[in-house]
Amino acid sequence: MNSASMSTRYSFPGPEDITRTQLPNGIVVLARPNFNSPSVVLNGYLSVGNLFDPDEKLGLAGFTASALMRGTARRSFQEIYEALESVGASLGFNGGTHTTGFGGRALAEDLDLLLAILDETLRQPAFPMEQVERLRAQILTGLAIRAQDTGEMASLAFDQVVYAGHPYSRPEDGYPETIQAITRADLEDFHRRYFGPHNMAIAIVGAVDPGLALEKVAEIFGEWENPQQPDAPTLPPVVPLNELVTEKVTIPGKFQADIVIGAAGPARQSPDYLAAALGNSVLGQFGMMGRIGDAVREKAGLAYYSYSSLGGGLGPGPWYISAGVDPANVERASSLIREEIRHFTEAPVSQEELSDSQANFIGRLPLSLESNGGVAAALINLERYQLGLDYYYRYEDLVRAVTPDEVLETARRYLDPDRLAISIAGP
Amino acid sequence: MSNPIKKTQLSNGLLVLLQEIHTAPLISNWVWYRVGSRNEVPGKTGISHWVEHMQFKGTPEFPASLLDKAISREGGVWNAFTFLDWTTFFETMPADKIDLALRLEADRMLHSSFEPGEVESERTVIISERQGGENEPLFLLGEQVQAAAFRVHPYHHQIIGDLADLQTIQREDLYNHYRTYYVPNNAVLAIAGDFEITAMLDRVHELFDPIPAASQPEQPVRLEPPQPGEHRLTVEGPGETTYVQAAYRAPAANDPDFFAYIVMDSLLTGPSNLNMFGSGISNKTSRLYQALVESELAVSVSGGLPATIDPSLHNIVITVHPQRAADEVILALDQEIRRLQEVPPTFGDLERAMKQASALFAYGSESITNQAFWMGYSEMFSTYDWFTSYLDNLDKVTPEDVQRVAQRYLRPQNRVLGIYIPQDSEKASA
Repeated sequence: MNSASMSTRYSFPGPEDITRTQLPNGIVVLARPNFNSPSVVLNGYLSVGNLFDPDEKLGLAGFTASALMRGTARRSFQEIYEALESVGASLGFNGGTHTTGFGGRALAEDLDLLLAILDETLRQPAFPMEQVERLRAQILTGLAIRAQDTGEMASLAFDQVVYAGHPYSRPEDGYPETIQAITRADLEDFHRRYFGPHNMAIAIVGAVDPGLALEKVAEIFGEWENPQQPDAPTLPPVVPLNELVTEKVTIPGKFQADIVIGAAGPARQSPDYLAAALGNSVLGQFGMMGRIGDAVREKAGLAYYSYSSLGGGLGPGPWYISAGVDPANVERASSLIREEIRHFTEAPVSQEELSDSQANFIGRLPLSLESNGGVAAALINLERYQLGLDYYYRYEDLVRAVTPDEVLETARRYLDPDRLAISIAGP
Repeated sequence: MSNPIKKTQLSNGLLVLLQEIHTAPLISNWVWYRVGSRNEVPGKTGISHWVEHMQFKGTPEFPASLLDKAISREGGVWNAFTFLDWTTFFETMPADKIDLALRLEADRMLHSSFEPGEVESERTVIISERQGGENEPLFLLGEQVQAAAFRVHPYHHQIIGDLADLQTIQREDLYNHYRTYYVPNNAVLAIAGDFEITAMLDRVHELFDPIPAASQPEQPVRLEPPQPGEHRLTVEGPGETTYVQAAYRAPAANDPDFFAYIVMDSLLTGPSNLNMFGSGISNKTSRLYQALVESELAVSVSGGLPATIDPSLHNIVITVHPQRAADEVILALDQEIRRLQEVPPTFGDLERAMKQASALFAYGSESITNQAFWMGYSEMFSTYDWFTSYLDNLDKVTPEDVQRVAQRYLRPQNRVLGIYIPQDSEKASA
């Protein structure tokens, strides 16, 4: 309704309002103010993840990340959560494949507390024995629940086919026997070797002056050093499949089967990523889940959900289609999905389909940048993938520049209807 | 709450709430209908949710293929939810594109086609949605617990409906349900975001005034009689993990006990997240986490109660530690509840619950979609004042209120206790 004033009153994050600094020890600090709400969000990552896990202790990075909050040299588990929860704040770590992420939020008046606990948990975790064992039981229960989840088991089997011989074939959470094999000393050792400021980033968004936010981070983390910290490991190439490979996981007693079909896709920094993302939108995202949703859900009525997904990320994440269907309809749904992949790799998407998805990518940007959490995630994306601080200014032009031919070439580069992994988990 | 707000009723009975928020170039539009599983009878369970699905299948003016794309093309998000007491549809759009959402909602309040072929293809989609639920132990357990808690009241059945009814409901049933309940005098329109109230209200009049009101059916509420004693039940299914669900009959949203109950639940299982979108905070210092998880009887505990028209359930759900049994967990749960019944919480406990609720409020206020959600949602079981005075009402709760509510509601005679017994564990066969 106020289109004339939109450009003047609101702006996307960019060089004019993002403060970005790199501390001498390597930590990149990003900040952007928002005084519309009295809260503040922090978000970030360290360059340590499941790629450093030994096979026999798979899940070590995730276990270590979760254990950071279980007690530090200065505060017990109880004291950490008492401090956070008493003021309605939250903080958590998540061990990923390449990086360990962290995120938290609080009322702006409690930012110092959030940073103090981030500091202690990152640099002085105590890994109390009792808490480590308690956490282990929780992780093992999580794995027992995973073994019953058709969606998770299908995607696990999918990764093992698509990434055979590649680190991406390994589940980040590990297996019960590898979690059992991890000792308290392993956690300490993993933390000592791999946690450090090199390649770390932290974004602070909300009701705080960016200069002040930056000062606080510099004061707390500026002295952190870990001379042992290695560079991020390099990934071997993914060996493409040369035929259809079907993997079935039987989980007795289930009422629905999950299907995952696809292959390895582009990394986020690959030059064809945006063409792949727009193609993926046409294939299985746009509207009620694109062509896939139309074929599998709307026309055939086979599934409550069916969509495609593009992993992106620091390496060649998966490009796949998933659907949850009646076990009797697995074959029919799989062949419908393969037909759609065939069509997608044989003929270019129409100009109209592409324009729709381009308009969607551009139009949804304000909504994704509405909250402090959305902006913090956007700043972290800029840093992680080196997109440039002016990326959101350039975004519309980048999206509009993609052509149907480029989408087709990109689709063919990654998807071949006769060389796919098909994984099914169900009764 | 300093934003300009307008609440008014159109001549056809449509209640309209408008709120200007100028923090982002967005507008969120919600239409709420006072119909949900509460309005369903045996033989037609799941019909409200199915009608919600049919609302995405098009009208003569907005055929499904067009509808589906129109919102996405403009960068909007849209969805719908069916609950016990209500069904709601929303679109959050770039501010200059909101007219599309307004036209769409006005159109499908009256003109949805319900084509027979679409009804049939949606039948299998919804059955598939139900099967997806049945894959989850907590769905299987929750369905049995809820059915045991309500013998008479329609909160008895799951919103998705029973398979028997999903197989037999016909197009005419769905269409009648739609024409009965999807009328302006049974609806609330809530819009928040970057607009001017006068201009928006003019547009709302243009689009919604022509939609005729319709008489509403008499709806005698079959209230649930008092529970004569504790119900215990078990559900057996695949897996290795044992779950316990304790469901207490809780006060309705307009009951004077509701706010004390919210504070009590916050002490026991952690603060509830009030927002439709966005996560809450952890509950590791809550009493039940301390008593169950820190003592290694369980690996997680969560709880909460919905704001509803009639009394519904306060659920506490516990994932049992792999080396422990459900009975030990229940014993510890009861012990913790007894502590609250015997000793009122401290003023410090209550202050803390207040600060947590205030922080969650602040987080929710970052989202225009949440703000519009709350305007309509609170009207479903109370009025918008219920939401604006929420924090004040929590603040008035005293330690004695919490103790009294714990004594009154958290009695074994007032609960259904369900246990999910996994069939794959050694413990289960021992």
